This record gives sequence, C-alpha cells and structure tokens, in this order.
Amino acid sequence: MADRAQPVARTLATGGVPAALLLALTLGTLAFVAVRADGFSALGPADWVAVRFTLWQAFLSALLSSLLAIPVARALARRRFPGRGLLIALLGAPFILPVIVAVMGLLAVFGRAGLLNDGLALLGIPPVSIYGLGGVVLAHVFLNLPLAIRLLLQSWLAIPAERFRLAASLGMGPQEVSRFLERPMLRAALPGIFLAIFLVCLTSFAVALTLGGGPRATTVELAIYQAFRFDFDLGRAALLAVIQATLSLTAAIIALRVTVPAAFGAGLDRPIERWDATGGLLKLQDTTAILLAAAFLVMPLAAIVLRGLPALATLPGPVWQAAARSLTVALASMSLTIALALPLAIATARARSGLARGLDSLAMLPLATSPLVLGTGLFLVLRPVADPVALALPVTALANATLALPFALRILLPAAHAAEADFGRLADSLGMSGFARLRLMTLPRLARPLRYSAALAAALSMGDLGVIALFSDPDHATLPLQLYRLMGAYRMSDAAGAAVLLLLLSFTLFWVLDRGGRPDARA
Amino acid sequence: MLVLEALRIEQTDFHLSADLTVDTGDRVAVIGPSGAGKSTLLAAIAGFVHPASGRILWEGRDISGLPPGERPVSILFQDQNLFPHLSVSQNVGLGVRPDLRLSAPDRDRVDQALAQTGLEGLGDRLPGTLSGGQQSRVALARALLRDRPVLLLDEPFAALGPALKAEMLDLVATLSSRKRMTVLMVTHDPADARRFAPRTIVVAEGRAHPPADTGAILDTPPPALAAYLGK
Repeated sequence: MADRAQPVARTLATGGVPAALLLALTLGTLAFVAVRADGFSALGPADWVAVRFTLWQAFLSALLSSLLAIPVARALARRRFPGRGLLIALLGAPFILPVIVAVMGLLAVFGRAGLLNDGLALLGIPPVSIYGLGGVVLAHVFLNLPLAIRLLLQSWLAIPAERFRLAASLGMGPQEVSRFLERPMLRAALPGIFLAIFLVCLTSFAVALTLGGGPRATTVELAIYQAFRFDFDLGRAALLAVIQATLSLTAAIIALRVTVPAAFGAGLDRPIERWDATGGLLKLQDTTAILLAAAFLVMPLAAIVLRGLPALATLPGPVWQAAARSLTVALASMSLTIALALPLAIATARARSGLARGLDSLAMLPLATSPLVLGTGLFLVLRPVADPVALALPVTALANATLALPFALRILLPAAHAAEADFGRLADSLGMSGFARLRLMTLPRLARPLRYSAALAAALSMGDLGVIALFSDPDHATLPLQLYRLMGAYRMSDAAGAAVLLLLLSFTLFWVLDRGGRPDARA
Repeated sequence: MLVLEALRIEQTDFHLSADLTVDTGDRVAVIGPSGAGKSTLLAAIAGFVHPASGRILWEGRDISGLPPGERPVSILFQDQNLFPHLSVSQNVGLGVRPDLRLSAPDRDRVDQALAQTGLEGLGDRLPGTLSGGQQSRVALARALLRDRPVLLLDEPFAALGPALKAEMLDLVATLSSRKRMTVLMVTHDPADARRFAPRTIVVAEGRAHPPADTGAILDTPPPALAAYLGK
C-alpha cells in the first residue's frame, strides 16, 4: 500500500545520510586499511607479544575492576551515610576524565617520586615502579572501577525492595540474602560488566603510551602508533590495524550476545531499606570498602590538583594555544556527534520492523573500531588527496565524533522512542510533519538527553589523546598532546598545571552543556 | 455522511468488519465489550490503522488513503492529548496551524476558542498545572479550531469524575451541534450514551453494527451487548 511505504521513505530520508557517513567512516576506513595492509607474514614475534599483552592486560583490568567493585557496590547499596550521593555522583566522573590527567594523578601517588614510594622509603623498602603491566592495569582499574561500581550498584538497586522485605520476614540473615538474592544477580550482571571493561581496555592507547611501552608492555594500538610515527611503515601500521579491528570486532560480537549494560543511569542515590546487614562486622567491612575505594579514586586527583594549581598562572603560551585548539575540536566534534545521532535516533524511533533494528546496530559499529584504526584509515584515505598533517584537527574532530556516536545514541534512543510512542499519534492527527514536528515535538521532548549527549561528546573529545597523536606536528597540538609532550620533557610542574587546566576545561564544558542555562522548569 | 463500506480490519488474533453509514451532524455512541475493537474502529477512521479491505468515505469522497493529519477528522485520545512542554495557547494554536506560525487574527481565534471552553486567562499556563477537566477542555478547544467535520472521542473523559464527565459531554454536545459536527464517541457507560448520543453503534463479536436508536438498543440489547451490560 502506498501509505505504508511513506514511513519507510521518510526513515531513509532522515537516517540515510548519517547512516551512509557512518558506514564510510567505520567499514570504509577499515576496507582502506585492509587493502593497504602488508601480508600476515610481515608480522614479527614482537607483534605477537603485543597481541598477547593487549589481551592479557585487558583481561586483568576487567577482572580486577569487576571483582573489586563487588564489595564497594554492596556497601553502597545497603548503607546510608552523609556524602553518599556525592560519592556516587563522583563515580560518574572518570568516564569524562581525560586519561592523561588520570595518569598524571597516578604518577603523583604511585610514581617514582610519588606518595607511595615516599612512604616505602621511610620504612626502608625499595621503591616500586609503576611502568609496565602493573601500571597499565592500575590505570585501567582506576578508570574503570567506578564504572563497574555504578553498573553493579544499578543491578543491586534493581532487586525489588519487596524481595528484601520478604527475606526479612522469613528471617533470612546476610548469608541467605546473599545466596538467594545477591548471587543470582551477580551471576547475571558480572559477565556484561567484565566484557564492557574488557572492550574498553582492548583499545587502550593513552595509558599504554604513558605507562607501557618497551617490548614487554606494548598494546596493539601503541604498536600501530610506533609503526606510524617512528618507522613511518604504513603497510605494517595497516596490518596491525587489521589485527586490532579483528580483536575489537570479536569482543564486540561476544559482548552483544551477553548484552553489555548501558554505562549510565539515574536514580542511583536511592538506598534500599535492609534488615539483614545490621551486624558490626558487616558494618566494618562496608566502611572499609567504601573508604578504600574513595581514597583510591580521590587521592590521585587531589594530588594532581594540589601540584598543578600553583603552576596554572605561569603556564607557557603554547599550552593556552593548545587549550584553545582543544576547545574548538571538542565543540566541532560535539556538533558532528549530534548532527549524526539525532537523525539516526529519530529515524530509528519512527521506523517500523527490521529497518529500525538495522539502523540501531549500525550505530554500534564504532564500538568495533578504535581510535588508532580509524586514524590510520583516515590517513590512508586522505594522503593521496591532501596533507593529512594539515588536516590533523578536523580529522581528530571527525574521529572523536564517530567514537562518541554509540554513547550519544544510547542516550537519545530511549527518549526518541518515548516521544514517538507518547506523542507520535497526536502529532500525526494534527498533521505536524517535517521541521514543525522537529521543532514543536521532537526537540522539546529530547532536550534533556540531547544536552547530556552533547556534553558527553564534547568532554570525551576534549580529553582525547588518540588520533591526534598520529597526525599532529608541534604546531597543531591539542591540550592532551601538549601535556604528553611536557611529561616527556620532564617539565613536571608545567605538566601538572596543564593537567589541572585540562581537568577544569573538561568538567566545565560538560557541566555547562549538561546543566547550564537550563530553563527546565517546563515539563 | 460518513460511510464505512465493506470495511475489514485484520490484526493478529483480531478482526473487525463494518458496513454502515453515519448521517452528517449525528452524535453516535460506540459501545461494546472491551477488546471488541471500539478504539480500533476509531483509529481506522482517523488513519492510524490500515484496513485490509473496504473504503471509508466522507461526503462521497474516499479518504482511506489520506494520512491522519489530512483527514476531515479530529480525534481526542484517552490520554496524551496535549504536549506537556507547550503552553495552553500553543497547544490550542496547533489546531490552526501545525507549525504554530500564527498571525494576529489566528491568535484571536485561539483566544475565542479558549473563551468558548471556559479557559479564559489560562493561555500561558502549561498543561501540567491544570486540572484534568481543564486539560480536556484544552483538547476540545483545539478540536474546535481545527474545524474538521468529524470528531472522534476515544474515551478522553474516562479519567474524570462523573459530574465533570457529564459537564464535558454537555459542552461537547453544545459546541458540536453549533458547528454541526458529526461525533463518534467510544464509551463503557450506558448512561453516557443515553445522555449524549441519540444513536449507538454496537461493536461486538468482530462486527460494528449500523447505528440504531440509543434508547431502544439499551432497553432491549442484542445478546452480545446484553452479556456485557449484565442484563
């Protein structure tokens, strides 16, 4: 019937352009990389070591993050104390914390001249080194433990309060509650959390760049960078990119089957009434878990802020220029993310049947690629037609937008579906279509998630140290790259100052976009 | 004249056929057991459900292929009749132009419609700050401005108390007869039907029967309706 074909045509018209662009950016760049790659015989033993290291560090990071999250999430789920809401909100921060700032903070606590080694020296114990496998895993746990705690807390709070009431009325103690309520939940939730973190750590670049390196602690992403920057061996870089993409894709497919949970959720500050955890020993255990986790997460950041704040005023000019560049890139990347995500979300929400699912999974494609794979592909695409180095900043914005897209869509899609389900018929019955429908129905209904996803995209781009490292020359550095260079030159005071600046800019950008100028008194 | 000509609606585990005529300006109740297809019948007339076969005609013109917004029809749903983020005036203004680019005379018409429905001075409020009865009036004011000859009521007043519901039905009756609108109203309540609609369509056992005199039908209901009414 003609009138049934209409929505399909509309879906294609709305979602077609961004979908095509997305395909070109992900599968298109991958195809370019695959064509240009050396044969597999070009792989040396060092490359296989990199593959093994990549998998091993991701496995360890995911395992430790998931396991350590259990006592902390349990404690947060069953205790109320002043500052609980603040702590939970703080657990959301590492998601937009620039990785390089986190590394600086960890160095301040665990590094050669850090607090830990100062303490060990007092006791006469020789210093420990943060570089290598230990440091990489430490940084990954620092960055992902909060995510794991939040996801697990979400699952904990999803156990209906009535179950705990029932357990209490049956006289169950902590042992039984754990056996009948908590362990089944953990069995269901942990695999997804493990895989989500494993996937993130698989494409880790900035951490490996700063804390890894050397033949024994190189990830595939880092190997791509080295083949690119040091040897300028594009064939080898492309081959490594194919390997990285294969790893990510395999993990992503496994993750899809286990349904990885969404990383964000509201309403986590609601404690449940519990009757089973009143024992003194349990209280002590929970208090210890919360204090240790809070100290582990807060100390590095506090250390970097204390060191960096005094240096802020005397930061050299290039740092400020880099900051301006980073802001521009972040805002461009944010606009692009929204320009791609909004039409895709609307088209998916309106589409019926299989087409919707197609668009939906298409948007998850960036999860199967990685910054350096994307960067290598874009470099190979651009090189015959333009100077990739001159285009470093636009390319960085484009790559960042692509990689932020899955997050933006996860935030926008539920709201788009709800808007269509609640008000689609009303808009249809009034004959609202095209731009009027967008302006009067869709945008107002999506205002909140739109701001949130824009804030996330901007902050992620602001702190990104990935694609830019491949392309950039000293005249086009972004703030994270400038910070990395200062660290490499052992200008630690300037580096700490730049880290504080980056931290302030990222969080301010996020806060302003997400909350600022919010006329939200209206429904 | 609204004609449903050999209309057949098919969904999984559900079918409904209708072959009937409603005279212009009539007020008709649509009554029958839950799940029989009363709402589906209205959704088909409004353009949200595509019939498997048959035609829908208004004053001799086939409207079956038109999108919902272009049909000579206004519909009030059970809920979600207003956009919560738009003011009362804006919600009503959508009845004049669905892109809300209103001229000064347009805005005067909005104010008039608000006055006719007893909503003077509430134009700048958001729907969430109004009572249930006032929200119904806003939707009704918009339907007045859309000025479509057919008004479909899919139990929009179901959540109101009995007195308020009676008041709203009287208001609809007054306004629709002034504009000579044809009204189809889904209801569960025989008292509503008697109060509001001289004619009644019984929907039961997969069939929408032609309209008949409301009093007669409710006094001596056909077997399918009798079971539902508990007679």
